[in-house]
Amino acid sequence: MDIILMLRRLRSLCIKELLIIFKDPANRLVLIIPVILQSLIFGYAATYDLNFIPYVLCDQSRSALSRDLAARLDGTDKFVRQATLSSSAEAEAWIYDGKALLAVQIGSDFADRILSGQNADIQVILDGRNSTTAAMAQGYIAQIVEAWNAGHGNASPVNLVTRAWFNPQLETRWNIMPAMIGSLSIIQIMVLAALSVAREREQGTFDQMLVTPLSPWEILIGKAIPPIVVGLVQSSFILIVCLFWFGIPFAGSIADLYISLGVFTLSCAGIGLCISAISLNMQQALVYCFVSLLPMVLLSGLATPVSAMPEALQIATCANPLRFALVCVRRVYLEGSPLADIAQNFIPMLAVAAVTLPLAGWLFRNRLS
Amino acid sequence: MKAFLRRLAALTVKELRQISRDPSSIMIGLVLPIILILIFGYGLSLDVNNVPIAVVMEHSTPLSRELLSGLNGSRYFSPRYVASMHEAEELLNRREVDAIIRTAGDFDSRFKKGHAEMQLILHGVDSTTATLIGQYTSAAVALRVQSALERAGMKNAGSGTGSAVVQGRIWFNEAANSTWYLVPGLIVIIMTLVGAFLTALIMAREWERGTLESLFVSPVGRAEILLSKIIPYFLLGMAGLLLCLGAARWLFEVPMRGSLLLFFLSSSLYLVVALGMGLAISSVTRSQFLSCQIAIVVSFLPAVILSGFLFDLRSVPLVARIVGNILPATHYMELLKTLFLAGDNMGIILRDCAALIGYAILFMGVAIRFTRKKLD
Amino acid sequence: METDAPRPPGTPVLPQATGACSGIFPEPEDAVVRARALCRVFQSKKQTVTALHALDVDIPAGRMTALVGPDGAGKTTFLRMACGLLAPSAGSLFVLGLDASHAAQQIQNRISYMPQRFGLYEDLSVMENMTLYADLHGVPQAVRKKRFSRLLDMTDLAAFTARPAGRLSGGMKQKLALACTLVRSPDLLLLDEPSVGVDPLSRRELWAIITGMVEEEHLSVVISTAYMDEAERCSHVIVLHEGRILAQGSPESLRSLTDGLCYTAPLSEGMKARTLQAWLLDRPAAVMDAVPEGSVVRFVLTPECREKGPAALCSSGDSPLRKDSCRPVAPRLEDSFMLLLRHESAGQEERPAPAGDNSRENTPERSAPSPAPGEEAETVIEVRDLVRRFGTFTAVASTSFSVRRGEVFGLLGPNGAGKTTTFRMLCGLLPATSGQLCVAGENLRTAAAQARTRVGYVSQKFSLYGNLSVLENLHFFGGVYGIGPFALRRRIREVLEEFDLAGHEHDMSGNLPGGFKQRLSMAVGMLHRPEILFLDEPTSGIDPLARRMFWRRITSLSEEGTTIIVTTHFMEEAEYCDRMLIQDAGRVLALGTPGEVRHQGGDAPTMEEAFIHIVESSRAARDHDRTKEGTA
Repeated sequence: MDIILMLRRLRSLCIKELLIIFKDPANRLVLIIPVILQSLIFGYAATYDLNFIPYVLCDQSRSALSRDLAARLDGTDKFVRQATLSSSAEAEAWIYDGKALLAVQIGSDFADRILSGQNADIQVILDGRNSTTAAMAQGYIAQIVEAWNAGHGNASPVNLVTRAWFNPQLETRWNIMPAMIGSLSIIQIMVLAALSVAREREQGTFDQMLVTPLSPWEILIGKAIPPIVVGLVQSSFILIVCLFWFGIPFAGSIADLYISLGVFTLSCAGIGLCISAISLNMQQALVYCFVSLLPMVLLSGLATPVSAMPEALQIATCANPLRFALVCVRRVYLEGSPLADIAQNFIPMLAVAAVTLPLAGWLFRNRLS
Repeated sequence: MKAFLRRLAALTVKELRQISRDPSSIMIGLVLPIILILIFGYGLSLDVNNVPIAVVMEHSTPLSRELLSGLNGSRYFSPRYVASMHEAEELLNRREVDAIIRTAGDFDSRFKKGHAEMQLILHGVDSTTATLIGQYTSAAVALRVQSALERAGMKNAGSGTGSAVVQGRIWFNEAANSTWYLVPGLIVIIMTLVGAFLTALIMAREWERGTLESLFVSPVGRAEILLSKIIPYFLLGMAGLLLCLGAARWLFEVPMRGSLLLFFLSSSLYLVVALGMGLAISSVTRSQFLSCQIAIVVSFLPAVILSGFLFDLRSVPLVARIVGNILPATHYMELLKTLFLAGDNMGIILRDCAALIGYAILFMGVAIRFTRKKLD
Repeated sequence: METDAPRPPGTPVLPQATGACSGIFPEPEDAVVRARALCRVFQSKKQTVTALHALDVDIPAGRMTALVGPDGAGKTTFLRMACGLLAPSAGSLFVLGLDASHAAQQIQNRISYMPQRFGLYEDLSVMENMTLYADLHGVPQAVRKKRFSRLLDMTDLAAFTARPAGRLSGGMKQKLALACTLVRSPDLLLLDEPSVGVDPLSRRELWAIITGMVEEEHLSVVISTAYMDEAERCSHVIVLHEGRILAQGSPESLRSLTDGLCYTAPLSEGMKARTLQAWLLDRPAAVMDAVPEGSVVRFVLTPECREKGPAALCSSGDSPLRKDSCRPVAPRLEDSFMLLLRHESAGQEERPAPAGDNSRENTPERSAPSPAPGEEAETVIEVRDLVRRFGTFTAVASTSFSVRRGEVFGLLGPNGAGKTTTFRMLCGLLPATSGQLCVAGENLRTAAAQARTRVGYVSQKFSLYGNLSVLENLHFFGGVYGIGPFALRRRIREVLEEFDLAGHEHDMSGNLPGGFKQRLSMAVGMLHRPEILFLDEPTSGIDPLARRMFWRRITSLSEEGTTIIVTTHFMEEAEYCDRMLIQDAGRVLALGTPGEVRHQGGDAPTMEEAFIHIVESSRAARDHDRTKEGTA
C-alpha cells in the first residue's frame, strides 16, 4: 500500500514537473532548436583542421622548379593562393593585415642551388596570432615540400608511414562532435535543475509542496527526472546529427553510450539541484549555475586535452562529471570500447551524484533562512 | 541639463550600491574573471609537451637507436621503450601513450638500400594533438636521417639535385605559445559576460520585481534609466579588463605590441556594444530566464566558438565564416589579437572599430526603442 | 497582493449602468483627472479582455477620492493610465489638464504614484531609498532635511534608517514606500491599495500620514482600496465593477442607499455568532449581508424587504430571530457596496450561492455537530513554550496554546509579530528552537511524511503553479496526497462545485482574478479532506463580497468538524473565530474568545479598537520596562 501511494505521488510530481517545462510552447522550442542549430554550427565551425589556408607566394626564383613547387601547393585542396607578389615586404604586409595565414618566399637562387645539389631554403612566414593554427599550417607545408623533394629523386631512405587509430583522417569534427553529445546537454540539465527549486521558492510554491506528504527523496526524484529526460533527449538529437548529418561512424554499442549518459546526467542533475537548493531566487541560481558551468566545460577536455593541463588542475577535474562523460562518450563512440573498459570512469560521476543528491535533498528542508 | 545629471547621478549611485551588495554581480564581475584567467592561463593548452610515445624497435640497432634518439631530447615527447608491438598497442588502447613509433626487424638493411620504413600510429581521438604529434615526429626523425646520411656520405644519393628545406617563422608568437592567443580571447569572453549576460539579468530583474513602475512615475527619462545601467557595468567591465591586462602582462607575459590607448579605446567600444546587447535583450524579453537563455545562446557561446577565438575563421566553411563575421565579438577578437601580438595595424583597427561603432548604435537603438516608460 | 488581472472573456456585457449618484459631477475646472469614454483593452494571443468600458470620470481637485470595487474591476488599470504607464485604447484622459496619451512625461513630472507592489530596492537602506527618490524628484537639499525628518517621524522609521528595505516587516515596507512617494509635494497623489496586507496599527499610521499630508498641503489624492472604512474617510467615492462605474458620490450619499435596511440581531442562548450569520446569509432573498459584531450579528436586508423589515425573516418556525429583538442601526458604506454589487451580479452568476450542498438545510440546529457547551472536544493542536530564534532575534517567545477539534482559531498580531513564524513551525516548515508542539498527535517536522496528509495549508500569497491550469493543479495535489485516480476525479468534481470553479477548469490559474485564485487555493487545501486547515491571511486584498463568501465556507467546514487555524488583518474577521490569540513581538498578549479579548481590550466596541488597545498597551509597558532597566 505504501508503495502504491509512493508511486502515485511520484507519478503526479513527475507529470507536474514535465508540464511546467513543456507546457509553454516557447520553452519547448528553447529546449530543442538551439541545440540542433548549435550542433550544426559547431560541427562546421569548431575545427582546427585547416581546409582553406589563404597564402601568398613571393617567388623570386621564377624558375620551372619554383613554379612546380607552387603548383604542388595549389594542387592540394588545403592551400588557396591569394596573390602572387614580387617583394617580400609586400608579402609581410599581407600577413600583418591578417589577409593571409602564411607567406611562402622562394629565394632568387632557389633553382640554382637545387640543381647544383645544394639545399635551398624556402622561407615561410606564418601568422602566429593563433599559434595552434600556425603550427599546423607549417606542418602541412613541410609535408608537401617533403613529398616534392621525394618526387625530385630526393626520397629519404626512411619513409615514415603514419596511421591514426579511431580517426584515420584526424578530423577535429570527430573529436568535437561526440563530445558535444555530453557538453551541449549539460547546459540545459544544469539550468533546468538549478531553476526547478529556485523557481518554486521564488513563487512560494515550494512551501505548499513541503506540507504535502512528499518526502525529500520523492521531491528529489521528481525534480531530477525532467532535467535528465531533457538532457537525454537533447543528447539523442546531437547523436542523430553526428550519425546522419556528419556521418561520423559509431564504433561502440548504443546501450553503453546511454548507460554512460545516464550516469552523467544523474550527476549533473545532482549538482544543479544542489545549486537550486542553496539559491534564494532564480537570478542567484542562474548565476551560480553559470559560474560553475564555465569551468566545468572549459576543463572537460572538450577543446583542449586534459592531459595538457597542469597536474594540480588534472586532479581538480576529478570532480567534473563532464570530463569523464567525454572520455566515456568518445571511447564508446570512436573507439568502440566495451562497458568494462569505461566503467572506471563511472566511479567519479557516481561519487558526485552520491554527494550532491542527498545534500540537495537535505537542503530542501534545512536551508538556513 | 542640471536636473538630468542630478537624476543620472542618483540612479548611478543606486546601481553601484546594488552591485556592491549583490553577491551575483560580484560573482560575475570579479570572481568569474579571476577563475577564468587562471583556467585560461594555466588550464587550457593546445601545446604538445612531453607526450608519452611508445617506441618499438624489433631489432635494436645503433642506427635505429640513433634515428629515434631525436625523440629523447625533445620537449615534445617522453618516449617509452617497449619490447613488443603487442605491448605497445595495449598501452595505446589504454591511452597510456598517445602514439607508437616502430621500426621493423630489417630496418638497417633496408635503410642501406634507401627504402626503410618506420611506422607511426597515432591515437586519433584528440585529433589536433595527434596531428601535431605526427608533424613533430616526422620533423624529428627527418633531422636525424639527414645527419646520419651526411655522416655516412650518402648525401643526395641517387641524383645530383638538392632539397628544398622549409624555414618556418611564426610571426607574432615565435614560441607558438597558445597562452598568448588564449588570453586576448579571454578578455573578449569576460567583456561579453559582464556586458551582455550580467546586464541582461540586471535589467530584466527590475522589470520582474516591479521596481520600474515606481521609477517610471517620476521625472526620470528613459535615457537616464539606460545610462544609469550602462555606467556602473561599464566600470565593472573595465575593472575586469584591467584584471585581465594585469594578468596578461605579469602572470602570462603576453606582449603588448600595440598602443595601450588604442587597446582601451577599442575595449570601451566593445563594452558599449555588449552592454547594448544585454540591455536590448532584457528590454525585449523582460524576463530573467529568457534573457539568460538568449544571452548565452546569442552572445556567449558564439563568442567562444565562432569568433575566431580557438578556431581560425579563415579555414571554416563559408556559412560559418559569414555567421562568424556577423558577430561583434569576432571583430573585437581580431582587434585584440592584433593589438596584443602584432601592433598598431591601423587598417585592421579602423575597420573593426567601424564595425563595432555600427553595432553599438544598433543595439543601443533597440534598447532605447524597447525601453519605453510604459507597462504594456 | 492582487492586481486587476484581466478577466476571462465571456462575462456578459451589461448595459452601461447609470451611477446611483451620477448627477453630482464636480465642476469641470476642478477636475484633476478627467476621463471621457475611456477604454482599455488587453490583448493576448488567446483572448481579448476589456478592462475599462467607456469610462467617464471626473476626479475633484483638492480632495481625497476613493476607488473601490471587487477584483478585476479595473482600479489598477485606471490608476496606471492616469500615470501614463498604459495608453488608452480609446477615449480621452486628461490629468492635471494634460493629455495622458501624449504628455505622459509632463504628467509624471508633477504627480506621485505608489503602485500596489512598490519598487523598493531591497538591498538599499531606508535612507538610501528615500534619498534616491528625493534626487529623482529634485527635492532641494534645504527642503529635504525638514521633509525627511518629518516623514521618518511619521512613519516611525527614524530608528531604522540604515536597515536594508528587504529586512523590514510588511507594514514598515509599506510605510517606507509611502514615505518615498511623499518625498515631495505632488500636484496629484495616486495610491494603489496602500494598505493591503498591513496590520490595523500600521494601517492607522499610514492613514495618519496621508490625511496629515492632505490637510497640510491640500493634495488631490486618488486611492484605491479594498477597505470600505478607508473609503469612508474620503470625500468622494467611485465604485467600479468590471470596468464600469456603478456609482459615485460622497460617502454619505452612497450610504443613504441602504438607509433603513441595517439591523442587529442578538444571539440566542448557546448559539455561535458564526452560525447565526450563516443562517442569515443563506437567505439571499431577504438578507444581503450579515456580520457578527460582538454579541450581536449585524445584517442588511435586501431592498425588497425594506417594507417588511426583519419580520421577513421571522416567519418560518425554525427562525432563530425574534422580530422585536432586532434593532435598526446606521448604514455603512460597505452595506451600499454590497447592495450595488448584488444588483450588478443579480441573476448573473454564482455570487451568493450557499457554500454547503443544496440537500443539506443550513439550519443552526441541524448543522451543529460541534459539541454542546461543557463537553470538551479533543485537543488537536498543542503548543507549549514554543520558541524560535533567528540569530539573536527572537521571532516567537515561549508561546503556549491549544486548539480543540472543530474550532476556528484566529492568530492575530501586527506585521512582524511572529504569526507566520508560528504558522510555519506548526506546518513543519520551520524547526522550532525549543518547546513542544503537537499537531494531530505529532510534530510535523519530524513525523513521517504520511502524517502531513492530516493538515491542509493555504499560504499568504497565491502559491500554486500559475502556469498550470486549475485542473492540472488539482490533479497534481490530489496525486501527491495519494488519492486514487477514480476517487480523485470524483473529489475534483466536488471541490470544483463547492468552490465555484466549474467552467474554469482549463483556465491558467495564474491568470485568474484574485477571488478565484483564493478559492482555488482553498480547494487545493481541502482536496484531501484534512482534519486541520491552516490559512495564512487568506482574505488579504480581497473585496468584501468575496470575503463574506469565504467565511461562509469556513463556517460550514468547521461545522463538519474541520479544525481551522487562520491569520488575518481584518479585525472584524476575528469575530468569526471561536477563540483567538494576539501576538506581538513574538509574545502572547491575549488568548480567549472574541468576547474575552474585547473585554481585555478595555471593552472596546469593535475588535479593531480592542486589538489596538491591547497591542499598544503592551508596547507601552515594554518600553516602560526597558527605560526602567536602562535607568536601573
